[in-house]
Amino acid sequence: MSNRKFTLQCPMPELDFEVVTLGHGSGGKLTNDLLDKGVFSLFKNDALQQRHDGAFLDIQGKIAFTTDSFVINPIFFPGGNIGELAVNGTVNDLAMCGADPKYISLGLIIEEGMRIDDLWEVLAGVKISSEAAGVQVVTGDTKVVEKGKGDQVFINTTGVGLTHPEVDFSMDRISPEDIVIVSGPIAAHGMAIMSVREGLTFDSDIISDTRPLHEITNTLLDKFGKDIKLLRDPTRGGVATVLNEIARFSKVGIELIENEFPIDVQVRAACEMLGLDPLYVANEGIFLAVVKKHIANQVLPTIQSHKYGKQARIIGEVQEENPGKVFIKSKIGGRRVIGMLAGEQLPRIC
Amino acid sequence: MKYLEEFRDEKQVKKLLDDIHSIVTREWSIMEICGGQTHSLVKNGILNLLPDKITMVHGPGCPVCVTPIGMIDRAVELALEKDVIMCSFGDMVRVPGSEMSLMKSKAFGADIRIVYSPLDALKIARENPKKEVVFFAVGFETTAPANALSVIQAAKSGLRNYSILTSHVLVPPAMEAILSDEETRIDGFLAAGHVCAIMGSEEYEPISEKYGVPVIITGFEPVDLLYGIKSCVEQLESGKSELDNQYKRVVRRAGNTEAKSIIFEIFEVGDREWRGIGMIPSSGYHVKGKYSEYDAIRKLDVVAVDGKENPDCMAGLILKGLKKPHECPLFGEKCSPSNPQGAPMVSSEGACAAYYHFGYEPE
Repeated sequence: MSNRKFTLQCPMPELDFEVVTLGHGSGGKLTNDLLDKGVFSLFKNDALQQRHDGAFLDIQGKIAFTTDSFVINPIFFPGGNIGELAVNGTVNDLAMCGADPKYISLGLIIEEGMRIDDLWEVLAGVKISSEAAGVQVVTGDTKVVEKGKGDQVFINTTGVGLTHPEVDFSMDRISPEDIVIVSGPIAAHGMAIMSVREGLTFDSDIISDTRPLHEITNTLLDKFGKDIKLLRDPTRGGVATVLNEIARFSKVGIELIENEFPIDVQVRAACEMLGLDPLYVANEGIFLAVVKKHIANQVLPTIQSHKYGKQARIIGEVQEENPGKVFIKSKIGGRRVIGMLAGEQLPRIC
Repeated sequence: MKYLEEFRDEKQVKKLLDDIHSIVTREWSIMEICGGQTHSLVKNGILNLLPDKITMVHGPGCPVCVTPIGMIDRAVELALEKDVIMCSFGDMVRVPGSEMSLMKSKAFGADIRIVYSPLDALKIARENPKKEVVFFAVGFETTAPANALSVIQAAKSGLRNYSILTSHVLVPPAMEAILSDEETRIDGFLAAGHVCAIMGSEEYEPISEKYGVPVIITGFEPVDLLYGIKSCVEQLESGKSELDNQYKRVVRRAGNTEAKSIIFEIFEVGDREWRGIGMIPSSGYHVKGKYSEYDAIRKLDVVAVDGKENPDCMAGLILKGLKKPHECPLFGEKCSPSNPQGAPMVSSEGACAAYYHFGYEPE
């Protein structure tokens, strides 16, 4: 399967079962088999080795704390799997709080009948992405639900991180003339998922942008401190939804320039084909930064110097006029409002 | 994509806008037929760039919007009561029926699948031989060839668990209905480029002649739309009323003859009810008797029902171009894309949704 990339790096142990059964969630011998040979052999660290009901963590300073659940379908997609997404998603939520992610928990709700090799690939995804992000999986839980009551596997990750001493994010601090920057091309994750959804499959090289962002955000806080007024990752609902929230809560207007938005050619073509507006499509590996105007031209190259920020662009400006609204200057010079997304963005007919 | 960029070129747009501003001397109402054109006009901010003297009237060319409520009720009934797998284009699933939308029926256990093509529905039928699979075949002439092709393929391969719930509508009879309506005043039309690509420009020659209106076959990109508007205004200002094909890169006079032969293998023309407008004679396609086993209504014995509309919804007047979406008392407050009361608020091609999405305030 083309979306598998971890099993070679983390070969699966010999197990005497091919699929997960209800017994694996019973807490008995089967559970221990799954945990010992599966989870504990992959994630070795001091906290986990102690086999307590929870983890003892030693952190000095102000903590950021977040939780997120992952129910994506399909669980394997171009550019990643649900395991990587679960790690990067929580890592990025911490990064958007201005925190350096340290520890995460891993809660698995597995549907009876899930293939062990699929589960292994997901766990390997968790391992490799958590190592890449420098976070430890220190506690977890496994439950098995009857077939039909889940969708292969749902994952909850909860994370803690140490907040940067300079962090001062608040919607209240956003004011006219602030600059809006996007750290990379938009809409890749959502379109990668669309390309493999049942009934909608289309051939493309689009891959999800799932990746950890805390290295860039830490650097920004080190260099620019309080002049970084807000960081947000535009996941569900896309860039348009996050900017609308900012405009509403900060009681400011936001003026965007359509031509400045970085977007992969194939992603744009796929959006056109399916009748979707990329501004509303989900992302997993980019962030929006609202920064003071006088540092914007320094923030941009700082983001661009990181491997995950090469295509960062200034996309707009905060304004006093039209509080609560987001406008975009279209490519041909027209102007329109970018509203909130109502429900799921559904494909158009023609 | 490069081919598209030429038709979004800022300089070209500016030149065309300057031309239109310089030739217009009187007030004109121009109807763009197709919802895709409405969407593009609003999305690109073109409405605000046109001279005040030109009023764009948004036509009924959104298939989702004009599918009668009773037909949605039938789809819901099929999905809930007859235990079929109901396949539909994405927009259609959120359109409210009398009781609920297909999306809501999903929450009550119906098996609803969003597909991009009826051929995907055919695939689902092959993969689920023990279930009846129904494709909700809505649309204008544009979607008809693929819908017809799915029936042809099903018949050829002996697939017996597939049928289509047909609610096909046709553009020329709707234009005639609008032109014959004494309340409406449309000076010129932008005909829907994609429909013409299938049916050919020749279908519109008699309309232009009979009613004395310019009909411009127009594409969907900003430059296309402005060429269409410019041509229409030029004709109006000089007292002409001709058919002009401004979408020559796609549309031929005879259309796509192969696609037409596929359509007429499966469908025949008959009367059709339009949501918000009413019954229009000879304005829809129906499955021919020869293929009745692929017609979901006949095959699965679906009862015809009269749907209940929200009495305050102005969808009908909006679809006829007599009202603008934001003049409706429900607009924005009681009716929004997350809680649509009428179909034009559901589909992104619907005039109400386009106005809502792109920031128009209730009047």
